[in-house]
Amino acid sequence: MKQIYFDNAATTKIDERVLKEMLSYFNEKFGNASSVHEKGREAREAMEKARKIIAKSINAKKSEIYFTSGGTESNNWALKGLFFENYPEKNHIITTKVDHDCVLNTCKWLETQGAEVTYLDVDEEGFVNLEQLKNSITEKTIIVSVIHGNNEIGTIQDLEAIGKICREKNVLLHTDACQSFTKVPIDVKKQNLDLVTLNAHKIHGPKGVGAIYIREGIRITPFFHGGGHERKMRSGTENITGIVGFGKAVDVANKKDIEKMKILRDKLIDGILKIENVRLNGPMGNKRLCNNINVSFNNIEGEAIGGYLEQRGIMTSTGSACASHSLESSHVLKAIRLSPIQSNSSIRISISKFTTDEEVDYFLKTLPGIVKKLRRLSPLS
Amino acid sequence: MKYSKKVMQEFLYPKNMGEIKNPDGVGKIGNPICGDVMWIYIKVGKNKNKEEIIKDIKFKTFGCAAAIATSSMITQLAKGKKLKDAKKITRNDIFDSLKGLPSIKMHCSNLASDALKKAIEDYEKKKNEV
Repeated sequence: MKQIYFDNAATTKIDERVLKEMLSYFNEKFGNASSVHEKGREAREAMEKARKIIAKSINAKKSEIYFTSGGTESNNWALKGLFFENYPEKNHIITTKVDHDCVLNTCKWLETQGAEVTYLDVDEEGFVNLEQLKNSITEKTIIVSVIHGNNEIGTIQDLEAIGKICREKNVLLHTDACQSFTKVPIDVKKQNLDLVTLNAHKIHGPKGVGAIYIREGIRITPFFHGGGHERKMRSGTENITGIVGFGKAVDVANKKDIEKMKILRDKLIDGILKIENVRLNGPMGNKRLCNNINVSFNNIEGEAIGGYLEQRGIMTSTGSACASHSLESSHVLKAIRLSPIQSNSSIRISISKFTTDEEVDYFLKTLPGIVKKLRRLSPLS
Repeated sequence: MKYSKKVMQEFLYPKNMGEIKNPDGVGKIGNPICGDVMWIYIKVGKNKNKEEIIKDIKFKTFGCAAAIATSSMITQLAKGKKLKDAKKITRNDIFDSLKGLPSIKMHCSNLASDALKKAIEDYEKKKNEV
């Protein structure tokens, strides 16, 4: 059976060009970037080339990019690093109710270390309440951390407006841009961004590598201590193979793919909304990530829909309690005021530049029958 | 989390789904907040020895693969059984018949055995009222 991968917000397939670029760094050019000999230089040059590509893509300087193991590490470092740099003089962190677990759980842990955390509300489409943000900033506030493109419902926050507020109030702004990177323009100067979390595996690069942009002059405690790699800020032998792949993945990303995804996304949304009693979660149009669709089907459960879709070869994900490790439904869907039943009835479809029109047609042909069958089975309908 | 082949089979091709018109007993259980709602309908008849048996049984379920599979399984385990024996079906019986469930889904088998018990109790209550 043909497999259709509609879970690209979880991870993506490596682009062939990325893979090809990486291969020789496993065996031929295997050097340690810290070594002064030929092999070391070769590795260092490849790493600096990738750093330059990534820096340029967000209008930053090369020296402001630090490689990490991925989005989770970058987010942990941003929050813990700034907290411990500023504590106890300052101890307040502001984030949102729709940020990723690796931000929220870091904040929860920091609360046990003396942090005060404000979790901002969002509106029904997932946008941060800017007035509340303004009013939450105090003289104790270290940082505002807001997810750029939401991983569940695709909402793209207005970073420029948020950046303006943070600059006026003289607090730092960090954004988790794992989902939005290369899909939505990021310009650290124009948007007043102080720290930005980036990663490779959501953009057809390898897993296990990411980066963080830290504006020049910001004082932050290192997260990993050791041999002083990454200008003494992030120790550990650099993952050259991964970094090379990361750079290439950014290099090959282009606007044409974004436009193509937007068309397929909207075709999927229009097609799904033709089914009765379905709601789209998150905004429509340009304020939504080009690859994200999240919908709730009244009276049927998300994991069950996903199970029937998988039987037909289609892989999706769900915000349903039933599918989570904790049997709790999505905190993001709750934050946009979905009822528990609506949250438990949701599925997320996330496409990629490799998604085809045929795959979209097959999905739209398959879905109505599944919804009908599960609704017949449901005591709620 | 991985489901057994048997769970997947019962989830994708559930038996006895739907409702019974004018049922003798209905057991409604669960809570959509945690993601599972199960309704079991029974029709009671008698065997040759004039003992009460579950003549027909159907279910409707809002829930995940495990919830649908356990519903389908309990209807098959209960169908044709004497009421007093049907009441004794435990979550372990369902677990075994499904060749296991992920530990986080064990509550689904509780739900199914409780729903059946409730349906039988509902029948008995109505019978005593007459």
